[in-house]
Amino acid sequence: MSDGDLNKFIKRNRSSSERLLDKSLQQLASMMAAMVAIVLISIFFVVFTGALDSIGRYGLKFLVISEWNPVIDEYGAFTAIYGTVVTSLASIVIALPLGVGTAILLTEDILPKTIREIIGLLVELLAAIPSVVLGLWAIFVMEPFLRPFLILLNKNFGWVPFLSTEPIGPGMAPAILILTIMILPIITAISRDSLNQVPHKLREAAYGIGATRWTSIFNILLPAAISGITGGVLLALGRALGETMAVTMIIGNSLNFNWSLLAPGNTISAMLANQFGEADSSQVSSLMYAAFVLMLITLFVNILAQWLVKRLSLKY
Amino acid sequence: MENRAALKYKPSRRNLKYNNLLKRNFFNRSLTILSYIFSIIVLLPLFCIIFYVFVKGFGQLNFSLLTQLPEPPGDDLSNAGGIGNAIIGTFIVTSIATIISVPIGVGGGIYLAEYSTGGIYSRFIRFGTNVLSGVPSIIAGVFVYGIIVSTKIFFGATFSALAGGIALSILMLPTVIKTTDEGLKLVSDDLRRGALSVGASKFTTITRITLPTAINPIATGILLAIARAAGETAPLIFTALFSFYWSDNPETILEPIATLSVLIYNFALEPYEAQNQLAWSASFILVMILLMLNIVARVLSNTKNDFNSINKDTNKK
Repeated sequence: MSDGDLNKFIKRNRSSSERLLDKSLQQLASMMAAMVAIVLISIFFVVFTGALDSIGRYGLKFLVISEWNPVIDEYGAFTAIYGTVVTSLASIVIALPLGVGTAILLTEDILPKTIREIIGLLVELLAAIPSVVLGLWAIFVMEPFLRPFLILLNKNFGWVPFLSTEPIGPGMAPAILILTIMILPIITAISRDSLNQVPHKLREAAYGIGATRWTSIFNILLPAAISGITGGVLLALGRALGETMAVTMIIGNSLNFNWSLLAPGNTISAMLANQFGEADSSQVSSLMYAAFVLMLITLFVNILAQWLVKRLSLKY
Repeated sequence: MENRAALKYKPSRRNLKYNNLLKRNFFNRSLTILSYIFSIIVLLPLFCIIFYVFVKGFGQLNFSLLTQLPEPPGDDLSNAGGIGNAIIGTFIVTSIATIISVPIGVGGGIYLAEYSTGGIYSRFIRFGTNVLSGVPSIIAGVFVYGIIVSTKIFFGATFSALAGGIALSILMLPTVIKTTDEGLKLVSDDLRRGALSVGASKFTTITRITLPTAINPIATGILLAIARAAGETAPLIFTALFSFYWSDNPETILEPIATLSVLIYNFALEPYEAQNQLAWSASFILVMILLMLNIVARVLSNTKNDFNSINKDTNKK
């Protein structure tokens, strides 16, 4: 054999340039990963330092005072916090049965597979419609259509504090409905995925001992998929809490507090969208404080979602 | 023996028949009908929105609308101009966001999938990615306002296309990281071992073997992230602001820029009919662009990559 042939079998050491390339890719990738942490921490830092002035001035009182008055420089975010929490929770309450019901229809064999796939695709396309377009539709189509029903509601149930004002157009009720439309795709998609992951054996066993379809859904499938569904609901809640555009366009952006869902209200994100661009220094600080509160709420909800999914997931 | 025992028991035909009136069957059927109704309620808004966007937006659409500048509200009550600069603006701002977030996101995803060993650092990064994807989009706007717009860090520019692009890139980043991470995890370890065993370095393995194999899910994720960013409004209203002029030279990335979504927001709240109409037309264009991106992403995620199909076959054997 010639020398050249033998060289093929000699152990090759990596050249230094190759090793440098290897090392630098690793370092680069690690740095890119660190960017996530840097961005996240700096978001917290920037919003917190921006809010410091207002935190020092109002403390926790900020959360319970409902007066927001740039003219006399007094700020309290209760109106916005109330609006944020109430609109999000109400939309979850409406969207949960609708979304899970649709997810069940999509995972059961009631309909042929192609039809189910088309429905699934349509629900996902609903998620692709930007919120500003939903807001536009809400202003010009949904709200005028809805108003007679809301007026009827007020006339008949006006003694309930939540329905005590006459609807005048934009308000919390239309905002709740538009939020429901926005979070339905999330709840449906995640519930469908977690129902699909339930092993087929469980369903077969339920049918085997004589359970009807819905008995097995309520007693076997939904409990088995509960971790995913809960996670999905909390993710949807996080989205609803932070949703800005559609809500800003339809909620009325009122700075006066009112218990009624039919009255114009406000949310933290709507307040930011409306006032941040033209705010002066102490108002910016108060808005940053409100943003910080919003961030803490959504952070809490998201961490709870991740924890619950881990905690509740059943092992088969 | 057995036969006789069987004969003794007279099967009643009634028991085996499906009885409509039985409580459990009634319950079962009504719940099935209820789930149909729920699904229709879920789909109704989608059809309604698409219908209105199509009717109100497509009706007024013409070529000059796509090439003209918008008129400032109130100047001319019958004509609101066009959305030409907003279409270009959306394209510019989304491109800036993509250029920033894709390298960082793919790099971070490569780190998580290829290098990390499940230690505290990688767990923290995964946790951070989830948290970042839950941060409300308006907060990204507040953040960019705080570090870029109010500090005038880029050559004294305040509201600018660049600031808007950076705000959108924060929203895209978690999606790109997650899909890269998950796409790379789907690549069979056999391919990695095979590459390493023939003497390929880690660098070669990643750039020549694993990344090309996972290119479909990664591209899908990037497209979906772009689609989401292009429709976002909240982070742009006080970073990119709005403009009634063309952004036709490179310096304009340091100036306020018009985007479709902000145009819809601003003009929907104007009291003038013509401006509202323009918002509908812009919605039509925006929804069409986003639906197209989503469909392309879906097709991409459904097309099988050669490497993956080979893997599945060998795994089956």
